[in-house]
Amino acid sequence: MTTRPVWTDPAAEVHWPPEHARKGFFTDTSICIGCKACEVACKEWNRNPTDGDFEILGSSYDNTGGLGANTWRHVAFIEQDRERIEQARESGRRLVSLGMPQVGPPEARTGPGAAPGADAGPGAAAASAPVDVLGGLADGTVSTADPTGPGAGMGVPGTGVPGAAGVDTAPPDTPEFRWLMSSDVCKHCTHAGCLDVCPTGALFRTEFGTVVVQADICNGCGTCVAGCPFGVIERRDDGTVSPKTDRDGRARREQDVPHAGTANKCTLCYDRLVDGLTPACAKTCPTTSIKFGDHSDMVDSAEDRVRNLHAQGMTEARLYGANPADGVGGTGSVFLLLDEPEVYGLPPDPRVPTKDLPQMFATAGIAAAGMIAATALAFLSGRS
Amino acid sequence: MTLSEFDSYRPPETRRRRRSVLRAPQDGFARRRRRPGAGTNDGSREMPIVEDVEFTSYYGRPIVKPPPWGHEIAAYLFLGGLAGGSALLGLGAQLTGRGALRRSTRLTALGAAGAGAVFLISDLGRPERFLHMMRTVKITSPMSLGSWLLGAFSSAAGVAAAAEVDRLLGSRLPLGPLRGLLRGAAGPAGACAGLLGAPLAVYTAVLLSDTANPTWNAARRELPFVFVSSASLASGGMAMLTTAPSQTVPARVLAVLGVGGDLAAMALMQRRMHPAEAEPLHTGAAGTKLRWAERLAIAGGIGTIVGGGNRMAAGAAGLALLTASALTRFGVLEAGIESTRDPRHVIEPQKARLAARRAAGITHDSITTTG
Repeated sequence: MTTRPVWTDPAAEVHWPPEHARKGFFTDTSICIGCKACEVACKEWNRNPTDGDFEILGSSYDNTGGLGANTWRHVAFIEQDRERIEQARESGRRLVSLGMPQVGPPEARTGPGAAPGADAGPGAAAASAPVDVLGGLADGTVSTADPTGPGAGMGVPGTGVPGAAGVDTAPPDTPEFRWLMSSDVCKHCTHAGCLDVCPTGALFRTEFGTVVVQADICNGCGTCVAGCPFGVIERRDDGTVSPKTDRDGRARREQDVPHAGTANKCTLCYDRLVDGLTPACAKTCPTTSIKFGDHSDMVDSAEDRVRNLHAQGMTEARLYGANPADGVGGTGSVFLLLDEPEVYGLPPDPRVPTKDLPQMFATAGIAAAGMIAATALAFLSGRS
Repeated sequence: MTLSEFDSYRPPETRRRRRSVLRAPQDGFARRRRRPGAGTNDGSREMPIVEDVEFTSYYGRPIVKPPPWGHEIAAYLFLGGLAGGSALLGLGAQLTGRGALRRSTRLTALGAAGAGAVFLISDLGRPERFLHMMRTVKITSPMSLGSWLLGAFSSAAGVAAAAEVDRLLGSRLPLGPLRGLLRGAAGPAGACAGLLGAPLAVYTAVLLSDTANPTWNAARRELPFVFVSSASLASGGMAMLTTAPSQTVPARVLAVLGVGGDLAAMALMQRRMHPAEAEPLHTGAAGTKLRWAERLAIAGGIGTIVGGGNRMAAGAAGLALLTASALTRFGVLEAGIESTRDPRHVIEPQKARLAARRAAGITHDSITTTG
């Protein structure tokens, strides 16, 4: 059992007074219905212009494409057959067996509703050895018959028949077909690549620990676009990133484009946060797939939820960004995914480039010294 | 069963093949597997809208975004290196009393830096805000440090070049009492520009590598050496083009050293990268440019050694070296842009390094966890 890595507070790192907790999203894709209300609410609140010319992209029900300068929430649609579901379930199971970071000892992590005295302990769970790390949740305290039923909801107490060791704990039948729907958003990384490489100071860390662009400062140099390991931030223009074509001779729709030529991305509705409001996407989400709150609460709910799903045999469930030891120091927006991250268009092992910057500067220093030495050598040898 | 007569027009049902679950998802990068008539033909089951797909990426869409950097930035990479190397040659010429070499390299340094700055500003999304680069000094931002570096270099190179221009024009510039000051400042300014020249030539390598771009980031250990070598051969080539051979011996030596360094660093860089990260460097338009850069560098290097003493031959060799350097910069920039188009360049190396860490027993730092 690895000890739990500690989250760094990005707002405190830049000397914000500790008035606000770090805020974040928990996007639970297992209860997303793909309604795209988040996309619409985001566009409306932030007055973002349209992307493209309403083309059909031929990718299931996703005609948005991806996150960009004008799209700060993007709902991915993936259709999968039985085979892919089984593969996802298997890859999730392997994550468990690899001993991924866990929260404390299993005994301390029984289901939210489990009474302290209830003997749902490790002894009973030992019967189902592969899911031992679930700490008693697997021993029949949660119904395994219905993986998508109401019992799968967040925060529903996992109390069932205590000590029902004879209940069949085999994973439920794999469905023939499923849709993965996932609302993607800026990760608001603990160590944000875009923020680090911004030369003007247009990008800054807010008191809520989020990363925001000041549109009146950004001069559109584009370094942040390359600095983001998730491909979130983008310059709002017709440059090499997203050329907008004239289709059938039709001109692009006339529209008001605010902050043209500057970098744009999700602000986690900074303007709403300062007034104590919930971000537009989370506010509008009808299934509570997008949850908003204090970042530590979000991580806790995410961890509860994934344990819950594993206990029900849905071993394809996994968290993305909930590990402060990962390459970006953990993300402010945590996701629960039902397959490998790359299936959703997320990088499998992102790393903030500035992590290697000291070595890069050292290498560059050696190279520069070599150039000076080569020139000196050239003049010394040229004397004769 | 269906009762609709139109169902008889559907293609015959094909059995869904079951592939092994145990097959590792990272072996090969499968895309859409087109298969006619996937699904059932009696309408009793849900028919997928998209044909049977094997996903290891999201519809093959990019994961990281390319920066909005066009040819202007590639041109700046070349001009910045040329300016830095020329200033360094100018300092050497200044110290060893080579008047003609000093004059041509100082003028080249200012011209290249000035043109490069214009290219940089024109590539901004909001060019009128270029001075916002000077709002802050940020050690984590190579672009910020580079802006200050370019500003300081250009100022120093400007003073040194102004003195040369004044001398060329026979003191006809309307300077008045400032002429003495300019003449006195030219030496220290030339030295200053020379010392800032090497950092100016190399910082752009850090600027490219300090990104999430798969090819540039993977090049971080060798790209600085590629860029200083490229700058050396370019500035040496420019001196051969502009200056009489009697004074260009050091420039020729530097150019040949640059060719050697360029070839070695480039080869090492490509060998140490993950194949998926190196691929854009030897395929497509970028690959063609880099291949020609290599050929021209070799040709220019040989020309420098063999015909460096002949004015015409030296000029031709210098031109070949300049073209080689420019092609190297354009090739590296375009390869990086290209590497973001296919998510394979991102996914494969990342999965490989994740698997390597897991194999080594490091399991605590994955972004994917289960609670």
